[in-house]
Amino acid sequence: MSDVRSGSNSIKKIKTIALNAFREAVRDRILYNLVIFVLLITAAAIFLGDLTAGQEARTIVNLGLGAILVFGTFISIFVGVSLVSKEIEKKTVYAIFSKPIGRGEFITGKYLGLCLTLFVNVMIMGCGLSLALLFVGGGNLAFRVWGATLLIFYQLVILTAVAILFSSFSSPALSALLTFLIFLIAHFSTALRELSATLGSSASEFLFTALYYLLPNFSTFSFAANASRGEFPSLALLGGGAVYTCFYVAALLAMTILIFNRRNFK
Amino acid sequence: MTNIIEIENLSKDYEKGFFKKKKIRALDGLTLSVAPGQIFGFLGGNGAGKTTTIKILMRLLFPTEGGARILGSDISDVKMHSRIGYCPENPYFYDYLNASELMMYFAELLGIEPSKRRGKCEELLAKVGLQEKDWNRQLRKFSKGMLQRVGIAQSLINDPEVVFFDEPMSGLDPIGRREIRQLIEELRARGVTVFMSTHILSDIEALCDNVAILRNGKLAASGNLHDLLTKSGEVQTFEIIVKNVSAEIMRGELSNAAGFDVGEKPNGASIMVSEEDDIATVLSAARSRGGNLVSVQPVKQSLEELFVGSEE
Repeated sequence: MSDVRSGSNSIKKIKTIALNAFREAVRDRILYNLVIFVLLITAAAIFLGDLTAGQEARTIVNLGLGAILVFGTFISIFVGVSLVSKEIEKKTVYAIFSKPIGRGEFITGKYLGLCLTLFVNVMIMGCGLSLALLFVGGGNLAFRVWGATLLIFYQLVILTAVAILFSSFSSPALSALLTFLIFLIAHFSTALRELSATLGSSASEFLFTALYYLLPNFSTFSFAANASRGEFPSLALLGGGAVYTCFYVAALLAMTILIFNRRNFK
Repeated sequence: MTNIIEIENLSKDYEKGFFKKKKIRALDGLTLSVAPGQIFGFLGGNGAGKTTTIKILMRLLFPTEGGARILGSDISDVKMHSRIGYCPENPYFYDYLNASELMMYFAELLGIEPSKRRGKCEELLAKVGLQEKDWNRQLRKFSKGMLQRVGIAQSLINDPEVVFFDEPMSGLDPIGRREIRQLIEELRARGVTVFMSTHILSDIEALCDNVAILRNGKLAASGNLHDLLTKSGEVQTFEIIVKNVSAEIMRGELSNAAGFDVGEKPNGASIMVSEEDDIATVLSAARSRGGNLVSVQPVKQSLEELFVGSEE
């Protein structure tokens, strides 16, 4: 008699795929970037104090949060675009899709696996940053940087969904380029709105306003400068950001699954 | 008896070119059925459409026209895929995993009871002839033959009712081929239907009950292997071998009758006849000159001849 349980539900399958994607990231040495981060923060904590005349805690916050964003963005873009395309290129999807795995389950699992990788990455970097701040005597900032760190995580989660969407219909190189462009535009999204207000033409105004609402808005999530002044993001910003991120990611994943469901694997 | 696999007018076009798209028909109106419990051989030259057919059945490609059912369900039914197994041609797996981890991963995806997973995986890895010392080696260090064994093992992890093998002997040494042949025979004995494509005709002859031969995406021949091999087109031929009488003497004895093809044999002759009634004529001619009968047997077309014939 078969040992296969009919009740192997979607959640379990997605969890299995996600944990395997995380294992892949660990074994492919994705988390090695943490070594560079630790070295960077340690060096900053030791040497910056003399250079910045007592402003070392603020400098470390700016440097640390900047590094978390840069390292996270690299992982989101480069691992994100190869997450699915590598499976197709290496033909590992053949054995997966012959089994009772829906394409949506596969995409969602792979995506969540990379989000878990990013979460671990950001958590360890956040801890490193807090430790560095405690070392230089910025005890109050050591806790307050976590709000800004969470907002960076929101950005990375959205960016990963953008990367997977592009990689579902274009080459990894083009997907990486497009995702990076979205990342840049998303950070200057308020400029888009201001631009739409200053333009005389109603068509241009409509276009830029539409882009403002359609493209992800990361300028709201950029909190590094505030964090370095000891500010903590409001709960409305954290909660609203979480809701925005969930909806945005759900929409992007739905589009990705829609495209992926139509793909032939030659 | 309900067929396990029903393929109905299946066609697949591939598009080539960027600006000026050109359609290439890889599979053209394939209709085929496979009864339960048999080993079905799927033959054809390179580019004949075998892998395309299997990929459509496995949901990796979408058909341009037609459809297929496996175990009574449409191939798009995801749940049905928990009852089948598939080993792709030159299987590729996550090379950062070892063989045990890969098997456990698939076992988990298929929802196999946690308490039974480990035992099941180890049993299958042993069954396909993978040595225990290799179970915990990363797959990136595996040879092609070892990967093939893992591929076959993972296709059986859910105790499938029907299993699809795309070139299952690829990369295997003669011992490995024999082991996999035995495994396939075991599957048949357990009532599992095996659908296999292969280029190795001796494996088809040794294993398959029924075959289908594809040519340029179209079905060139199909049916019971024995029937296809004995049916040499229109005429049944018999070979009669006699000893103690030379070919020259037999030619002389049979010169008055048409339809005899006499050839030399050590210490005797072989005579090909196309009518069963002519056997008696040949035997009496041989005996009248002191000859003795060695054998009479129907001449089968070889699978190679059948295969090549379908390609021409």
